[in-house]
Amino acid sequence: MTTTDAPTGPGAPAGPGATGPTVQAEHMDVIYQVRGRDRLALRNVSFQVGQRESYGLVGESGSGKSTVALALTRYLPRNGRVSSGSITINGQDLLSMGPATLRALRARTVSMVYQEPGRALNPSIRAGRQVAEVYEIAGQPRHEALERAEAMLRKVQISDPGQVMDRYPHQLSGGMAQRVVIAMALASEPSLLILDEPTTALDATVEAEVLDLVSALRAEFATSVLFISHNLAVIAKMCDRVGVLYAGELVEEGPAREVFDQPRHPYTVGLLRCIPRRGQRKDHGRLDTIPGFLPPPGHTLTGCVFAPRCALVEDRCREAPPPSFPINLAHTSRCYRHEVAPDLPRNTPVDLSIPAATDGAPPLARLVNVSKTFTSGGGVVHALERVNLDLLRAETLGLVGESGSGKTTLARVLLGLIPPDRGASVELDDHPLPTDVRRRSRDQLKSLQIVFQNPDSALNRRHTVRRLISRPLARLAGLSGQRLRDRVADLIRSVRMEERHLSLRPSQLSGGLKQRVAIARAFGPGPRLLVCDEPTSALDVSVQAAILNLLADLQAKEQASYLFISHDLGVVRYLSDRIAVLYLGRVMEVGPAETVFAGPHHPYTEALLSAVPSLDGQRSERIRLEGEIPSAANPPSGCVFHTRCPRRLPTGECEATEPPLAEVAPGHHMSCHIPIDQLRILQRADTPT
Amino acid sequence: MTDITGPPATGVVVAQPGRSGELTPWRLLLRRPTFLAGAAILLFWVVCAIFGGAIAPHDPLAQQLLATNIRPSAAHWFGTDQLGRDVFSRVIAGARDILVISLLATTIGTVLGTAIGLVMGYLGGVADILIGRLVEAVLALPLVIVAFLFVVALGASPLVITVVVGFVFTPIIARTVRSAVLVEAQLDYLSSARLLGEKSPYIMFTEILPNVVPTILVEFTVRLGYAIFTVAVLSFLGFGVQQPTPDWGGDIAANYVTLGAGYWWQTLFPALAIASLVIAINLVTDSVEQVLAS
Amino acid sequence: MATYLAKRIGLALVTLWIISLIVFFAGQVLPGDPGRAILGNLAAESSVRALDHQLGVDRPLLTQYWTWLTGLLHGNFGMSTQFRLPVEPFLRAALVNSLKLAVLAFVIVVPLGILGGVLAALSYGHMTDRVISVTGLSFATVPEFVSGIVVIVIFAVGLKLLPVSAAAGPGASPLSQLQHLILPAIPLILILFGYIARMARAGTIEALNSDYARTATLKGLKRSVVIRRHVLRNALLPTITVIATQTGYLIGGLVVVETLFNYQGIGNLIYKAAGTKDFPMLEAGVLLIGVVYLVATLIADVLSTLLNPRLRLGNSG
Repeated sequence: MTTTDAPTGPGAPAGPGATGPTVQAEHMDVIYQVRGRDRLALRNVSFQVGQRESYGLVGESGSGKSTVALALTRYLPRNGRVSSGSITINGQDLLSMGPATLRALRARTVSMVYQEPGRALNPSIRAGRQVAEVYEIAGQPRHEALERAEAMLRKVQISDPGQVMDRYPHQLSGGMAQRVVIAMALASEPSLLILDEPTTALDATVEAEVLDLVSALRAEFATSVLFISHNLAVIAKMCDRVGVLYAGELVEEGPAREVFDQPRHPYTVGLLRCIPRRGQRKDHGRLDTIPGFLPPPGHTLTGCVFAPRCALVEDRCREAPPPSFPINLAHTSRCYRHEVAPDLPRNTPVDLSIPAATDGAPPLARLVNVSKTFTSGGGVVHALERVNLDLLRAETLGLVGESGSGKTTLARVLLGLIPPDRGASVELDDHPLPTDVRRRSRDQLKSLQIVFQNPDSALNRRHTVRRLISRPLARLAGLSGQRLRDRVADLIRSVRMEERHLSLRPSQLSGGLKQRVAIARAFGPGPRLLVCDEPTSALDVSVQAAILNLLADLQAKEQASYLFISHDLGVVRYLSDRIAVLYLGRVMEVGPAETVFAGPHHPYTEALLSAVPSLDGQRSERIRLEGEIPSAANPPSGCVFHTRCPRRLPTGECEATEPPLAEVAPGHHMSCHIPIDQLRILQRADTPT
Repeated sequence: MTDITGPPATGVVVAQPGRSGELTPWRLLLRRPTFLAGAAILLFWVVCAIFGGAIAPHDPLAQQLLATNIRPSAAHWFGTDQLGRDVFSRVIAGARDILVISLLATTIGTVLGTAIGLVMGYLGGVADILIGRLVEAVLALPLVIVAFLFVVALGASPLVITVVVGFVFTPIIARTVRSAVLVEAQLDYLSSARLLGEKSPYIMFTEILPNVVPTILVEFTVRLGYAIFTVAVLSFLGFGVQQPTPDWGGDIAANYVTLGAGYWWQTLFPALAIASLVIAINLVTDSVEQVLAS
Repeated sequence: MATYLAKRIGLALVTLWIISLIVFFAGQVLPGDPGRAILGNLAAESSVRALDHQLGVDRPLLTQYWTWLTGLLHGNFGMSTQFRLPVEPFLRAALVNSLKLAVLAFVIVVPLGILGGVLAALSYGHMTDRVISVTGLSFATVPEFVSGIVVIVIFAVGLKLLPVSAAAGPGASPLSQLQHLILPAIPLILILFGYIARMARAGTIEALNSDYARTATLKGLKRSVVIRRHVLRNALLPTITVIATQTGYLIGGLVVVETLFNYQGIGNLIYKAAGTKDFPMLEAGVLLIGVVYLVATLIADVLSTLLNPRLRLGNSG
């Protein structure tokens, strides 16, 4: 497998004989008409994608990045239109095209890969036919089209294309479906491939494979790529040049490395400071945050769109929108103060003193021999298999794993929401807890609370914020009257919200504010252990930073322990003292955060770590996982990871017996047959750093 | 740019995170012509039901044996029937029973159905399975026939019709509420409530119920339409409100033998009255449904 | 597939058993004293007793239910109290007549309803859509006897085009039979049109807005091909089930339409049995309707399972 990230010249068409850029968008405005009113979704957006160039568009939700993709394919919803500006693709004017020309353009020149591959495929047509259809449009007879489709599926590294051809989309895993969609997109050998969040719905190890595949095919097909993502690291890895979208405007543009290393727009600067990187932790080198909120859709700001949130704002910023200032030949920034942008003052202090977790004290809670078996549709699924974990006082235990690893099940067992299998026990302060939440005492209930991933689901949408926060206090802390009101006011302020928010309902709050309400609600009863189940994965990066810092602040103040579940290793590393890695319901590795990250690590942890693209530009030679995550209904024999393990022992031991979770260093446990010293040698050989 | 191959716009489909507070559902409703038309007609019939006797130009029961089968005219807008009764007055007065019976029956069905649906959806288990089968069985029989079977067995009276129609609706509404509850049961706020040690009745009625109210509201209006339909049909078949009480279905049944003789107004006007009422209710329902869905 | 079918049939049988309980309860328990109910208040106590005995209603309820149920299983649907003859031949003849009417209505309305719904969806938000949706909705909710009367007033009384009575004379030619069936079929068609069009419209709109329709369009397919190959198949699957569910309503509508047009079908038979308190006839008729409905939904389920790969193949990915 090769990774082709060699950047071509910034913006320059590659190779001789090239004629003009593949995409040229000039001063593009897009308007959506919503309830009789025009809302500007994109304002004065101009960019080019050169031939064979890979251009990235990054932005948070509401930035208009998907609207760009829709505009370039002329697939805006009926209430949307490009109201001014021009778009040319391969020199053809897209906006004035007749239906037949447009169809021809879509058939031959532009292809698209979507966020949810499962839904992008027609559920009632076999995968092979859907790929073959592209060749049929090009005028090939059916049997030939099918043959070429099979060849194309082989090109996207599907090992058994014949079998995949005959499958219906629901029989394909997410990664497999995305390969089929990519095959479909490249079948017409397009000049432009648009990828709209192509890996957002996939697991980290699958994402890495798909990204590698796209890089390889891009070189092979000599295609221009427009890569749209909210994930800056993915864009940094995949793109030559990048444009940063904020509230419908392209605020900064330039070579990807340069923009990420030396940003010159305050928004880009702020955004990059929101992303946890190596060396940053909850107590030192903390994440910065961006104050304020995205302007509402259809806003009518006269000046710079970022002015209301910008710490460098001057009067002129509010008076007229800044023009595009050239930083150098390839790098532009729409900021009057682009020269001082890198010195944007911080919104959050750099350090916070957090009392260290008390060493030697008995653990606050422990899960002993926890297994959980679900029966569904006649099959048996082992969601958790003999899990033993301790949670120390005032520490954060990060729980990491891909989908289906059992992270959420583990949390629910701990909370008493799902009963574990017989023989398991959950202990708090060395006393067993009833496994059913309904049989837990008030004190036990108070001790364990949770912040869920999605506040829309976790907050009753018919209740006001006041009611949502008061109820736990009234029920578990026994407060009423003035004392209740005071405590509610305390709590809302402690999550940096105001008392006026108390009378609102969740639907009137932004995603970040909703999550703050959920946190205030969870902290109300004074829990000693708070489960955070992916609390930031539904949020934008800038909002995530604020929530992570808030969680750290509250922990310092309240001395609570966290069980912090996330699929995002950067986030886990930022917040956690210890980390446990789960695979197919089993603990593969558990230990102090820095030890687990520094290695030597379990081969699965190693794979997870190397799958994550990094903003720091280190390109470690990745270890690749073979195949797909096995089904928990039918786990592999021996070590459950052996089917995908690149470091599998040739002795057959891995296939035969399951390794115990053994202590390899003080406090560091691992479930692997390979001796730790050998792992150290293997892994050091592969990492350049 | 008109894009002929673009997808149809669906109001809020756009990649715009809709800020709330633009237009309240109520104001959205008032903007829909279908809602306004439906509401106006409905209001008219409600006024007739309340003030029927006062509005009607003639006594709906008074027989004028010298003025039978008169065509629509200035004196008798809708003509007179075989017994010389003023058809217009009977149509006005006929609104009452059908509206009262339908409204009561729907209310019974909704209240019982909601309670049962909440229990089925939240607690599940044996109750869910048993009631589920019962619902299937009731749904396998045409509504009119089930109602009809019971009305025949118990004898026709407004009370019997109300109770029977209400009971027949109960399992149907329960099923709708149940599926709405099952959707809610997936949401984390219920786990959150359980972590506070809340008891099942609190969770069902204080946490879940407010969230399924929109569903119940739509179901209520839909069922009201069906109730009117059913009550009208039962009356027409002779199992509803009994003559000589003015009643649209009953009047049609009593007069439709004269259709062959060309006295169309005796049946057509009550028929149009029923049609206008059910259409009005469905226009309202449809609008409410659309507004709540958007 | 086989296990699915077995399970599905098993459930249908359970449902049928519950229906039998409901029917038995309504027909034999609720009326209290069927003999008195049949003979009226003026009849002598002794003749009521005799009739009760003859009907077997003086025995314990469980015995009565058992006898009735085993009778049904042996094809013995009971004796009509009105005609003093087995009910089965009556039911059979009536069912055949009703099927003629129902099939005519279905043959006309299914393509029409689907066409209307798809057309409305394709012109979503425009005039055509509003017209089809609002009229469809209105038709679907107006009781059959109301639309029936309007139809009679227009076609039979006003224009004198078609006969009012649905029953052609004995030995009438198929064409003349058809002519007589058209008017009664119209109210049924109107009701079903609304349901089917509404469902087809919703399904089509959903499919048009789907990601896979976008994929197909952006492949460069013509809109007509996108609709034919990618949209319609997914859109109309749920409609099949709805059409089957509508058989229930259709039969309910038959009672009214057959009464209005004096047509000798199952609805009319039940109606008359109810009027004369002929409980055995009534019960058997209602049960028969339940069977027809269950068979129709069973066929629809199997059909949509066959057409939907997700159901047919299960989740083997």
